[in-house]
Amino acid sequence: MAITLSERAAQHVSAFLAKRGKGLGVRLGVKTTGCSGMAYKLEFVDVANDDEDIVFESHGVKVFTDAKSLAYLDGTELDYTKEGLNEGFKFNNPNVKNECGCGESFQV
Amino acid sequence: MALLQIAEPGMSAAPHQHRLAVGIDLGTTNSLVATVRSGSAVCLPDEAGRTLLPSVVRYLADGDTAVGYAAQAEQSRDPANTIVSVKRFMGRGLADLSNLAREPYRFVDAPGMVQLVTRAGTKSPVEVSADILRALKARAEASLGGELTGAVITVPAYFDDAQRQATKDAAKLAGLNVLRLLNEPTAAAIAYGLDNGAEGVYVVYDLGGGTFDVSILKLSRGVFEVLATSGDSALGGDDFDHRIYCWALEQAKLSGLTPHDTRLLLTRAREAKEALTEHAETRFTALLSDGQAVDLTLTQAEFHAISKTLVDKTITPVRKALRDAKIGVDDVKGVVMVGGATRMPQVQRAVGDFFGQTPLTNLDPDKVVALGAAMQANVLAGNKRDDDWLLLDVIPLSLGLETMGGLTEKIIPRNSTIPIARAQEFTTYKDGQTAMAIHVLQGERELVADCRSLARFTLRGIPPMVAGAARIRVTFQVDADGLLSVTAREQSSGVEAHIEVKPSYGLSDDEISRMLTDSIEHVHDDIAARRLREAVVDAEALIDATNNALAADADLLSDAEREAIDAALAAAVAAIAGSEAARVNAATAALNQATEAFAARRMDRNIQRALKGHNISEL
Repeated sequence: MAITLSERAAQHVSAFLAKRGKGLGVRLGVKTTGCSGMAYKLEFVDVANDDEDIVFESHGVKVFTDAKSLAYLDGTELDYTKEGLNEGFKFNNPNVKNECGCGESFQV
Repeated sequence: MALLQIAEPGMSAAPHQHRLAVGIDLGTTNSLVATVRSGSAVCLPDEAGRTLLPSVVRYLADGDTAVGYAAQAEQSRDPANTIVSVKRFMGRGLADLSNLAREPYRFVDAPGMVQLVTRAGTKSPVEVSADILRALKARAEASLGGELTGAVITVPAYFDDAQRQATKDAAKLAGLNVLRLLNEPTAAAIAYGLDNGAEGVYVVYDLGGGTFDVSILKLSRGVFEVLATSGDSALGGDDFDHRIYCWALEQAKLSGLTPHDTRLLLTRAREAKEALTEHAETRFTALLSDGQAVDLTLTQAEFHAISKTLVDKTITPVRKALRDAKIGVDDVKGVVMVGGATRMPQVQRAVGDFFGQTPLTNLDPDKVVALGAAMQANVLAGNKRDDDWLLLDVIPLSLGLETMGGLTEKIIPRNSTIPIARAQEFTTYKDGQTAMAIHVLQGERELVADCRSLARFTLRGIPPMVAGAARIRVTFQVDADGLLSVTAREQSSGVEAHIEVKPSYGLSDDEISRMLTDSIEHVHDDIAARRLREAVVDAEALIDATNNALAADADLLSDAEREAIDAALAAAVAAIAGSEAARVNAATAALNQATEAFAARRMDRNIQRALKGHNISEL
């Protein structure tokens, strides 16, 4: 069971954390919401939740998640891409069977 | 698939609910748009990777509009339809502008603001600015992959209500939701995080391409107050280019240049200036149209020598601003450098020497205003937690309204933090009065004539009542952008009238400071004038009431009593024609005394009338 970052994603997360001046790493999760049932959560982590957190390390960056989210995210690679002028993070999640047009919300 | 950004802990947006907000630096020469992405403020580049958008709009023959570099490239070929530096005309009437003869545009005077005649029709500066904002909005939406929730747009600290309103109108026209307007120096201070730092006085030194502004900001309890601004609207980085250009002409003994050669040499001059920021010396080479080759070497020391007078020229407004703010150099906690021209080492050194401290230069001086605006937009759009800061501004001049006798009643005092709402109750002055004129004023003086009139409106439909019985609540509300709306409401009937103040002409910073100094200089005259006016208003009310009473119940008086009242009336009328408050007050008191018995008898008669036909048991 694991969640990984692509090298580019790891570089960007590190840079953002450095600019922000604080933070332990990045938290990936799922919320039950959105037009297709579930939605991704992507947040900075300032305080770890030792009881529930499952922590991976990928290219030197700490990736936080919880057991419930991991069930839906196992095998996911977080990538950083550019599309035209837009740039940002992208979840490459092998568990997804269906997603809404924008990909912000998905079903497994 | 949508691309995600990292949110603050616990602030992840629901799908399709991202609150995309940007900061926009709508500059005279260049404009920028910035946003906060994954916790950091960044300026958004165009397809070619350029973050600056020249503030140039060209109206093309085919009906299209070009904005930015494309428009700038055609400026010399199509000057009449290529609008540059439109910010100078925002909220300005023809009478406010000087040196119009030097502009290539055809101006039309319109109420409130000049308009420019182009091949696409008559354009107001608001429309031209909207075209620039539209280009920035399109860039932001392409970069962020969604519609914008809102934008923070920066304006110079000295912008008055008319110029701010014009900026807001331009944003509305471009389809932008303005979260608020922010003063440029305040935005720069935010970008440096000074709002989270120590309270105190900060100086923002902004040397742009063609303008120089200096602002003195005071930070207390997270609020930035603009203490003073000064500057030179015809001094900037371009003047430094021109010094190098003149030096080159002299060194290479050039004369009779073609316009093309002049442009070429000015471009080379700018490149030399930029090179000397990093290097001790630079080569200055050009091949002129007549085949002559220019090959010179310019050292940093020489450049500093030929531009020294320009650098010195910026210090004069700095001194003036400090003097206006009554601040000494030692009181300054920090100095923020804004504008590309502040990259020049000699400018940084001169400012550092003057203030005795190293100015803040680690952020890109071209971007710092836009970055600060983006950080503010991010907070206002709700992407940060509540415990983070929310920055406030203050209003520069008191707001109030006219009361009887041409007196000003201040509702919101100057330096109040905005947004703010204040209400006060007023009443009618005459019996049966059914309407009330509300005259909204701005300024510190006691008399209406010495303040600036912002708007007038009338509350109608007040139910007829005796003077003083109606309760009219007047509410002044200033929103986060410093724009005023006034509501008057009669409490018993609920009739209401409302106005949004869009002043047709604004005030310059000079006028604001003149109005403030006037109010201090004239404080004694003003108080005397106020006393007189108040006395006259009281006297007039009593004369009015006496006349009404005489018309109704004169039969209650003996001839002698009537004569005494008439004499007191005449004395009061004579006194209000004079200019002594004491005499007016004495005449009012005399008239009051002369009518005392009469008033008592009228009261008895009215009570008898009211009781007639009623049983005592009914009461």
